[in-house]
Amino acid sequence: MRPVYAVAGGVSKFAKARPDKTFPAIVKEAYDYALQDIGLEHGQFIELVDGSVASYFSDHFTRQLMAGIMVQDYLGLCPKPSHRVEGGGATGGLCFQEAWKSVASGHMDICLAYGFETMSHVETWKGNEFIALASDVSFDYPVGGFYSGYYAMMVTRHMKEFGTTVEQLAHVSVKNYRNAYHNPYAQKRQRITLQDVRNAPMVAWPLTRLDICVMSDGAAVTILASEEGLTRLEKAGARIPRPLVRVTGIGRGTDAMRMADRPHVDYETFMREYATPQEQDSDDTRAYYRRLWEHGTRYPGVHSFRAGRTAGNMAYRQAGIYDPLHELDFIELHDAYTSSEIQTYEDLGLCRYGEGGPFAASGKAFMPGVDYGLDLPSPPECPVNPSGGLIACGHPVGATGLMQNVFAIWQLQGTIARHFGDATLQVKDARRGATHSHAGTGTYVTVTILEREE
Amino acid sequence: MARQPNKREETLGGTIVHGLPFPTELTPEALEWLRAMQPIRIEQEYSITYLHSYAQDSPWFAGLTNRVLLGNRERESGYTYATPRGHGMYDGQETEWVELPQEGRVHAFTVCYFGSEEFLAETPFVLALIEFEGADTLLLSRLLGVDPEQASLDWIGMKVKARFLRNAKLKPTDVYFVPA
Repeated sequence: MRPVYAVAGGVSKFAKARPDKTFPAIVKEAYDYALQDIGLEHGQFIELVDGSVASYFSDHFTRQLMAGIMVQDYLGLCPKPSHRVEGGGATGGLCFQEAWKSVASGHMDICLAYGFETMSHVETWKGNEFIALASDVSFDYPVGGFYSGYYAMMVTRHMKEFGTTVEQLAHVSVKNYRNAYHNPYAQKRQRITLQDVRNAPMVAWPLTRLDICVMSDGAAVTILASEEGLTRLEKAGARIPRPLVRVTGIGRGTDAMRMADRPHVDYETFMREYATPQEQDSDDTRAYYRRLWEHGTRYPGVHSFRAGRTAGNMAYRQAGIYDPLHELDFIELHDAYTSSEIQTYEDLGLCRYGEGGPFAASGKAFMPGVDYGLDLPSPPECPVNPSGGLIACGHPVGATGLMQNVFAIWQLQGTIARHFGDATLQVKDARRGATHSHAGTGTYVTVTILEREE
Repeated sequence: MARQPNKREETLGGTIVHGLPFPTELTPEALEWLRAMQPIRIEQEYSITYLHSYAQDSPWFAGLTNRVLLGNRERESGYTYATPRGHGMYDGQETEWVELPQEGRVHAFTVCYFGSEEFLAETPFVLALIEFEGADTLLLSRLLGVDPEQASLDWIGMKVKARFLRNAKLKPTDVYFVPA
């Protein structure tokens, strides 16, 4: 595989509704931004780009089949090669990785990854129905298909199993909303408190409206290139910031569509197949997990995502990461729910399984320099969702995973202040970050590692 | 008196308009003005009836109409699925049908105060994953006979028993659970 560089990105403003533009025109906004950022005209870029990958989740929201080709056409990319990827909430992450594969394999030197979703075309409750169709329509959906309900079941189990509290969940919401206050791309920019989260209308006990991301219209694009692609872009006049940002690890995992079918494996299987090398090497952690299993914990059950753990382990191995909390400078992860951010801390090895709740309230995943109005016991170690995540930025599904990668590119380029008009969310001296894209009830998960070249 | 909400409920529906504002003369200025026009939004209905087959899982639904709860089992290992599955996740072989006990325990639950459009009228309703003695996986079902306003983690582990609709709808909701 060849080195792959994440050269540039663009994001449309995420909004509850964008009736002013068609979905191809919203993608065009993000595309034009990325090109303008590197100083290329459309005509120059079209001469150079080899092809693209399209990302969108649902044909139902647009009531349009083959929407991807409409974007390809609108962007003026025909007749270059392209294909659509779809994997629920992880569609954007899968798209980014497919573009990476196109370049890493030598099939393309310059590949555009674009994604979008326009969810405002139906009312919220119909939108919930569409999303719930991403559960088994024979056995899950007819029982009361509702994704917030599915995640709420996971969290009641997590709370029962590990003692996680709703106040710990609310810390995630306060963090992500307050981060997003400094992100002009975010759909929701508000300073909320733990009490606001708990006082918000209950959606699926114990998750309130402020524990849950919203539906959005939006688009995002990224441009990936090989070394040869970089040379071609720069020869055409592109201004590509140095140091370069390189993709150094990709991982993916999957799990059963129906949460009910998830395994409950024993301690030995967990340690052998799922524990991180860091966990395997620690006497203390092995003893900790032994105690959990003696207490009745089984893995992954419905409280953990083995797809996320599998994706993380795979990406970390490729990037040479052993201690993610201390070897990653930030993570943009898929926080469709406050609870799923906590579950993902554990999957990604930022803390041990069962410790996600205290980790959320510790301060370790918070940004330095942002006033959260909270008394946090630990200083920041690895900011999680410095952008505000899905909870505050919004979740136009096919765009979301790409948005995370755009923000990661900007963090590693050190250009957050230029793009946000505010330097508050720039992680100081960011050298290595991870993005995490997640589908369904944990059915497809991608983890991507991006690094600043020294 | 309860305080009224400070926002009226929105619907997609709007007023039907016959004729829209449009320049009477297409001068260069008028053509340029078109770029600043508000978008026109219309309603589009879309309704489909699917002929959905339960296929190899059909016996499970037939079982419910006869007040029987079925599961599937891998023949060699005995690994048992509480939600039907035609082929084993581990052995890759066709599973066999087994009868599940009609009592189980709540493994996880939630109370849904909102939901998909289809189920909004039923809120608040309780979703629960049920575990059974002798089964390795769970079953998603509705939990009745509890007070949604009194939701508590103590419900996890609670003994529950199956109840069946007398007039089956051939849906997984033909079975539901209540405290045993």
